[in-house]
Amino acid sequence: MSNTTKKWFSLNLGSRKENASSSSCSCGKKEGDCHSADTSPQQKDGFDQVFDVPMDRRTAFKKLTASLLIGAGAVSTSCSLVSGNESKEKAQIDWEEQFKGNYKLMSEEEKKATVERLARSYELRTGKTINLSSQGPEENVLFGYAFNISKCQGYMDCVNACVEENNQDRNSQMQYIRIHEMKDGKGFNFNEADDNYYHEVPAEGHFYMGTQCFHCDNPPCTKVCPVQATWQEEDGLVVIDYDWCVGCRYCMAACPYDGRRFNWSQPEVPEAEINKNQHYLGNRLRKKGVMEKCTFCVQRSRAGKNPACVEACPTGARIFGNLLDPNSTIRWVLENKKVFRLKEDLGTEPKFWYFMD
Amino acid sequence: MFTVFISLVKDSLQAILHGSKKYHLWMAFLTFIMLIGMYCYTIQLEHGLSVTGMTDRVSWGLYISNFTFLVGVAAAAVILVMPTYVLKDIDFKQAVLIGEGLAVAALIMCLAFVVADMGGPSVLWHMLPGIGVFNFPDSMLTWDVIALNGYLFINISIPFYILFRHYQGKDALSKVYVPGALLSVLWAVGIHLVTAFLYQGLQARPFWNNALLGPRFLASAFAAGPALIILVLALIRYSSSFRIEDKTLKKIGIVVTVAAQINLIMLVSELFKEFYAPTHHSESAYYLFFGLHGKKALLPWIWTAISMNLIATLLLTFHKLRNNFKILYFACSLLFIAIWIEKGFGLIVPGFIPGPYGKIAEYTPTGIEIGVTLGIWALGAFVFTILAKTAIKIELGQLRYKKETVSKE
Ligand code: SF4
Ligand code: SF4
Repeated sequence: MSNTTKKWFSLNLGSRKENASSSSCSCGKKEGDCHSADTSPQQKDGFDQVFDVPMDRRTAFKKLTASLLIGAGAVSTSCSLVSGNESKEKAQIDWEEQFKGNYKLMSEEEKKATVERLARSYELRTGKTINLSSQGPEENVLFGYAFNISKCQGYMDCVNACVEENNQDRNSQMQYIRIHEMKDGKGFNFNEADDNYYHEVPAEGHFYMGTQCFHCDNPPCTKVCPVQATWQEEDGLVVIDYDWCVGCRYCMAACPYDGRRFNWSQPEVPEAEINKNQHYLGNRLRKKGVMEKCTFCVQRSRAGKNPACVEACPTGARIFGNLLDPNSTIRWVLENKKVFRLKEDLGTEPKFWYFMD
Repeated sequence: MFTVFISLVKDSLQAILHGSKKYHLWMAFLTFIMLIGMYCYTIQLEHGLSVTGMTDRVSWGLYISNFTFLVGVAAAAVILVMPTYVLKDIDFKQAVLIGEGLAVAALIMCLAFVVADMGGPSVLWHMLPGIGVFNFPDSMLTWDVIALNGYLFINISIPFYILFRHYQGKDALSKVYVPGALLSVLWAVGIHLVTAFLYQGLQARPFWNNALLGPRFLASAFAAGPALIILVLALIRYSSSFRIEDKTLKKIGIVVTVAAQINLIMLVSELFKEFYAPTHHSESAYYLFFGLHGKKALLPWIWTAISMNLIATLLLTFHKLRNNFKILYFACSLLFIAIWIEKGFGLIVPGFIPGPYGKIAEYTPTGIEIGVTLGIWALGAFVFTILAKTAIKIELGQLRYKKETVSKE
């Protein structure tokens, strides 16, 4: 994949990218031959990495009708005698994945089973293993986040780290975090702010403010979902079951904080850049037509680590921690700083605070 | 009973397949448009919704606009059902079958538009109660699914019952269909209110989060729906021997007029609130009517809609003009288009502009989106033509159950 053509790569993504370009196939990406050829599994992206389904128009239709007719098509493939063992297993996995239930309502065994299936499916096709977790929330944990407006310089390191950590679509340059550049002395005037700048920072006479999903305590986004594909976990994380989401985008319309992103097309992540340390509700590979968002890096936070953005921030503007732990830094900030939240009048109770030094 | 049904299906197939040259041309034309729509949809299936003009900033567009508008058209059939079935106003009798046919077609289009708008049509079974997980009663969308499908069922079953009886040469029993008709009246108001609540309930979008939205939906629906019915009835009058009296058209015209007037009053009230003492919540309205920061994609649309609306309402208000059929038809078409723009583009798109943080990103539908949309409209027209053709034949007595012929065969 070429490094230079995409605006995205102008943002420093670190050294892993170099490896990616040197290890990729030499045929050039414009022809697209490489993409379709099964012989170079590195070129497979996004959904293809999960399900080995070449989605040309015909199979797309087949898939659609198959699932509408409760999977007649999938049954025939999985029962077919001619297909080899591996492809049979794959078909079996696809079939079970297509008709599994909502993650939130699964029992522990079912969760384990689907996680294993997904990991196995990935292995079957790429020969590589991923570490897919279904770790649940811990007791007495409620995650919160604080953002220091006086420290943020608009470097966007958090954005880079987030994109890498969470396997976001490189094609559409999807970013969970937006950094708003605001003029000094005008207060929080979002109307005149710029959240899409490409110039040297910090710019004279400006300050910076980041937004992302605020993990509201009373989230309007989960209430409207017709199929309960998005919900709030015990530890306060607002998550999405990507496989259950039908893509109606109602939650997106309901979020007052621009916290959600939609996969308008097939997400693509170069194989070499995939973060293999994944969580079912977090950074596993997504398919097209589903919603996604910041999960406070559920794969990290539940393992006791800070989210990638917090870790990447060079100025220490970002503070993350357990709100229920009286000794946590976040509690210290909330108790000792003047904090505020955005759009408090809406009653969404974001677990995301801003403060100044 | 069953044999009667089979023969009805056979006979109506006969009726559908035979017709004048014009009829065949019309159906071929619709089929052609539908095929184009399907082709566009396969492209969308393959590449995802990225082939539409929608983005993370404006995440609903043409599909949901049309859906919203058509719910109104479907609901409007009720305005005809009420007087005919319940108040026994005989004038409306023919109009009501057509109206319910129209409602069925509109509902089918609604469902098609919703499906077209889904990111994952292959997992839509998640929305089926029982098999999937239904977020009831929290999500307004689940309410809408129930309301729309229920309404579709009512609107299919009542006319079917009546036609089925007439087909056998019997009279329809009023104690069977009157309760159904009453229910459908309530239900029609329900589907439209619920659809309005879909938007009204979002505190994130101040443009929609306003108490007048629901009632205004109803008013505009009761103007646009019957306006369409008038036009369709006029067409049927000219193209078949089905007798529709002047009186009927005139009466529906009054309904349209009153609804259009109320709609205008509400529009004025809305504009007053937005512009007399504007807050930052008025920005969407500003964008819609005057443009914001140099972005004004919707300006030509909304001002066309408003002027059409004004002219149509004015024309309808004067009895002399309204009772002239040429002017009536003209006013009805104006009104229909005006409300289509207003309730579609003028309502859905500005809800997203400016975004939650003031970002202004404009929306323009793509060719593929327009293709799918036209295809679905053609589907609606197709369904309606079939329904109307059968219904008219039965009502005219040309389609009757013949016991002798069946037993002979
Ligand atoms: S910020 Fe938006 S997406 Fe995140 S929890 Fe709140 S409403 Fe939901
Ligand atoms: S887009 Fe997905 S998560 Fe959002 S409301 Fe629709 S189904 Fe639920």
